[in-house]
Amino acid sequence: MSDTNAYTRPLPQADDESHEFYDGARRHELMLMRCRACGAWRLPSRPRCPDCWSTDTEWARASGRGTLYSFGRMHQKFPGFEGETPYLYAVVELEEGPRIVSNVVGMADEELRCDMPLQAVFDDVADDTTLIRFTKAGA
Amino acid sequence: MDGRELKGRAAITGLGISEMGRVYGHDAQHFAAEAVQRAVADAGLRKEDIDGLLVNPGISPLGGMGGVGLQNYLGLTNLRLLSSMNVGGATANIMVQYAAMSVIHGLANHVVCVFADAPLREGHGGGAAYAGAGRTTRPAGLGALYPAFGVFGVNALYALATRRHMAMYGTTGDQLGAIAVAERQWAAFNPIAEHREPITLDDYRASRWVAEPLHLLDCCLVSNGGVAVIVSRAEEAPSLRQPPAYVWGMGQGHPGDMRRKGWDVETQTGAPMAKEKAFAMAGIGVTDIDVVQAYDCYTYTVLVTLEDYGFCAKGEGGPFVADGRLGPGGSLPTNTGGGQLSAYYMWGMTPLSEGVIQARGQGAGRQVAKHDVVLVTGNGGVLDHHSTIVLSPHPA
Repeated sequence: MSDTNAYTRPLPQADDESHEFYDGARRHELMLMRCRACGAWRLPSRPRCPDCWSTDTEWARASGRGTLYSFGRMHQKFPGFEGETPYLYAVVELEEGPRIVSNVVGMADEELRCDMPLQAVFDDVADDTTLIRFTKAGA
Repeated sequence: MDGRELKGRAAITGLGISEMGRVYGHDAQHFAAEAVQRAVADAGLRKEDIDGLLVNPGISPLGGMGGVGLQNYLGLTNLRLLSSMNVGGATANIMVQYAAMSVIHGLANHVVCVFADAPLREGHGGGAAYAGAGRTTRPAGLGALYPAFGVFGVNALYALATRRHMAMYGTTGDQLGAIAVAERQWAAFNPIAEHREPITLDDYRASRWVAEPLHLLDCCLVSNGGVAVIVSRAEEAPSLRQPPAYVWGMGQGHPGDMRRKGWDVETQTGAPMAKEKAFAMAGIGVTDIDVVQAYDCYTYTVLVTLEDYGFCAKGEGGPFVADGRLGPGGSLPTNTGGGQLSAYYMWGMTPLSEGVIQARGQGAGRQVAKHDVVLVTGNGGVLDHHSTIVLSPHPA
């Protein structure tokens, strides 16, 4: 779905705390952190559970289902986005709880409604980078 | 312990506002120093009387250690209290709170609280400094998802919060526009407001999109300048030069954001927590408020703040603001200097400075006749941090 030969947006890069997430995306899996002590899911990939303060943590595969928490349409021009402004951006509330920054594809912006069910789709935008976008559930 | 014993025991005795707005060629220290100098003169104090300094830097450098270096820039050699503080736009009220407690309990007598910033450069748009912060071509970590999807700057994030409120409660753009129109009506009476020409709802609708659902006229200005206030023990206030603005109530609310289901700080802010403490201290209810100075980085911030203080029911902020209630002649005069939307963007010092002016009765053409109880709100982050100050010209 992305025009890779013209992909100009900033490519995210894994670091020590987030490589499980980005590696998962390349496998077309949505990975989140989960606390082994209290079971709470979290998305900021931090070593300590904010609920129980345990550092006993695992990465686990999320369902990829969620709902549209909110969305905006950016009209300001930023480097890498010049040719496609205005563009849509979104925050999706995952079934497991955490919210993730993304966008919604495969439907007209006018169809978007907060709380509509969505599902993750995986977009290989570069050889080493897959972005997790969302589309209408069941589509 | 509800803090009632603190009511009216500290006062804002000095206010200094530097040259403000599109003023170039100076750094933030210059603006901070100007504001402090004017505040000290305003109070009728001498430099030697200042024994406390609290500094809130903006996004521009402000001396060493986050602004602590301002002490030596100003040659303040008698300080018993010194700190740099930053809770975003909630900081101004919070500085006043710590200053008030310090003077009440004898740690210091006259504490200067100052904010200054110089993000504007000649020939560059107001938003450039804010939206551009931290951008790289190959950002790393999970935070890199924001630039990857083009989520730059606070405009993008407040657009999400505004959209969420619209979806939950049916809030409309025109209702937000009514806030922009009302603040501009007030700004016409404020000689230092950057924008004083009137606007209509049609102007609001026609103003360009920044990040939908936010128009340009939903967004605050960006300003160069500085504002300082002096907090003194109440007993000392009547002998100083200006009518005291007594601190009746103080509170903070930081509910946290776990960024997951159940945390809706975008539409349910920390204001109720801050209000509960501040109003209990002041011994007031929401119907006692005569004038509101609500933090207004965006029109929506005003709307959600009024809801969260209980001026109207949750979710009814849209209809509440739509009928001109906030403007001149309205039943709830709000942001009477034009606020950050029309006058100047000095973070929490914008509502605080106008709160002091109204409590003193020095608003001239924009002075609200009944100004016994003035509410000042601060907001930091993306509705993450809230602070409350209640001011009054009366000691009790």
